[in-house]
Amino acid sequence: MEERVIEREFGEFALNMGPQHPSTHGVFRLELHLRGETVVKVIPHIGYLHRGVEKLSETLDYDILPPVYERDDYLSPTANSLAFVLAVEKLAGIEVPKRASYLRVLVAELQRVTSHLVWLGTFGLDLGGALGGGSTLFLYCFREREKILDLLEALTGTRFHTNMNQIGGVRYDVYASFDGDLSQTIGYLKKRISEYKDMLENNPVFLKRTKGVGVVRPELAKEVGASGPVLRGSGVAYDIRKNKPYSDYTEFEFRIPVGRNGDAYDRYRVRLEEMFESLSIIHQVMEGLPEGPIHSRKPVKIALLLKPPKGEAYAAVESPRGELGVFIVSDGSSKPYRVKVRSPSFSNIALIPYILPGHLIADAVAILGSLDPVFGDVDR
Amino acid sequence: MTSTENIAQGIILLGAILLIVTYLTWLERKFAARLQSRIGPYWVGRPHGWLQPIADALKLLIKEDITPSKSDRFLFNLAPVWVVVTSLLGFAFLPLTASWVLVNIDLGLLYFSAIGSLIVIGIFIAGWASNNKYALISALRAAAQVVAYEVPLLLSLLVPAVFAGSLDFQDIIRAQDGHWFILFPVVGQISFLTFLLAALAEGNRIPFDLSEAESELVAGFNVEYSGMKFAYFYLAEYVHLLAASLLVSILFLGGPLGPFFSGGVWVAIKTLLVFLGVLWIRWSFLRVRIDQLMMLNWKVLTPLTLVNLLLAGLWVSLNG
Repeated sequence: MEERVIEREFGEFALNMGPQHPSTHGVFRLELHLRGETVVKVIPHIGYLHRGVEKLSETLDYDILPPVYERDDYLSPTANSLAFVLAVEKLAGIEVPKRASYLRVLVAELQRVTSHLVWLGTFGLDLGGALGGGSTLFLYCFREREKILDLLEALTGTRFHTNMNQIGGVRYDVYASFDGDLSQTIGYLKKRISEYKDMLENNPVFLKRTKGVGVVRPELAKEVGASGPVLRGSGVAYDIRKNKPYSDYTEFEFRIPVGRNGDAYDRYRVRLEEMFESLSIIHQVMEGLPEGPIHSRKPVKIALLLKPPKGEAYAAVESPRGELGVFIVSDGSSKPYRVKVRSPSFSNIALIPYILPGHLIADAVAILGSLDPVFGDVDR
Repeated sequence: MTSTENIAQGIILLGAILLIVTYLTWLERKFAARLQSRIGPYWVGRPHGWLQPIADALKLLIKEDITPSKSDRFLFNLAPVWVVVTSLLGFAFLPLTASWVLVNIDLGLLYFSAIGSLIVIGIFIAGWASNNKYALISALRAAAQVVAYEVPLLLSLLVPAVFAGSLDFQDIIRAQDGHWFILFPVVGQISFLTFLLAALAEGNRIPFDLSEAESELVAGFNVEYSGMKFAYFYLAEYVHLLAASLLVSILFLGGPLGPFFSGGVWVAIKTLLVFLGVLWIRWSFLRVRIDQLMMLNWKVLTPLTLVNLLLAGLWVSLNG
């Protein structure tokens, strides 16, 4: 890469935050222009984690692509593969059995909770540092996350990249005693998450660091295409699960938590409430899990080459970060002609140049954390 | 006391402090681990990794000594020495038992606070000499913070001195016979709390560790330091913290005075309890922002300690 001197106004102090920095949540570079400690201008640089998933897709068969997509947003793998398989199913007109849909929801919501727990923990690190109270919150959150990962391991054999979603259904069915394990975990998590809620919302330092910080106006959020908790934190009740339902989400009852001021605190509240809603959805899935097959195509060891007809399809899911969409163009062969991923993190971090100026460096870290970007998702 | 004896005692004291501080890091790691439902150091020396601090020190000793090519070599190497020396100097004046103190002067409190505020110069030198932007921001933060918090720190230190009518540690301890200064209604407690807060800010501890602030400034002033030089900063931080805990136990908790018997054991117990309290704060709080820190100082702590000092003076003149 060519060397470039950062141009700046007289009296400004240019600070390169990243790509190696403890709180840029991955490889991300913020070019901060400071006056004293106040940020006056910020230029985000992305692309350090570009892995070319979209291009790679053009060389692989449809059936082996879902696991590849799981590596995209590495905090909520199933949301990625779910968006992909939904798009392919739409393209090829494949029906999915009801039980499979329910199981997809189950795993997706479990991973939403893990993703939000990771977010809460790392947000603690952003605010409190790795050598203080922040790391305590971080380790607590990871301890709870581990319970869900254990459950997923028992269900699918893998802790995290579950490979649950396949085109036409899911790979694994629940085992006999899964119901008991699950309700035990849900009870434990509800108790713990309420504890953290009390702990944080009565903590004056936490309130001071998050309230009124990084306010996103709803118009601005819509303009840059923000979605997920960032958009809902600004008071816009938009959730793909409600507005454009997929995978039988219409059959579950849940609320869409929204914020009022659009600051970091509201984004925190939205994510926290979402964890409770997700746990409630998981409970409903297990209550109403229909009998039947989990796969509409013949399960074989060697994947039958799927050749969708010529055409294009778009499917979007509500990933923990927002609207995750996959657009596929097919030329009738067994490999996609072109795949485009609309990733929520990419749109969400587009807010950074608008909301950072005027804040202090410490707030810059808090705001970036509150947007919850995952750079595997941004750069793909 | 002859000067040779004095030097010998000084060397023993130095060794003891260094050893204690080394093991305080182990204590902190164990304490934090319990708090975070972890185990902490375990394998280096069974049981419970009691050799871990030694291993840490050895590891830091044998690491490569790096001086960044664009740094100011002289100042870069001076800074770690400066912070360690100034933080250790304060111990010479602190009484460790009712009768024993290395250097006995009647202005002990004044001298201690004068020495204690020198450490920030070392931090500033480190930040400047590193020629690193993060270090520079951190150095400026440290300077602003320590200079500001010096005011409430001294004002709250003066309350015990006013009560005892002396700046001599021995007199302050003697004056607490029967009623420790923390037990003085309102005035004593406010002075204790403000001192603790100001000492946390002085010692760069969470929630006021803005000059280290690893989530914003990576590691702050010591970002370019590694190996033994880094260890010096770490050591200075702990020595400073130990001195602050010791000072709290002497000024507010009666020092060597206690039920059943008097002596150094009580000093040790009280210091350890204060130290654990500071650790508890560290591992459960988030960090405040620089403007909030300054606001707390100038708008809350400074007026509060001023009024408190006035009240203490009034109380003494009315009862004296």
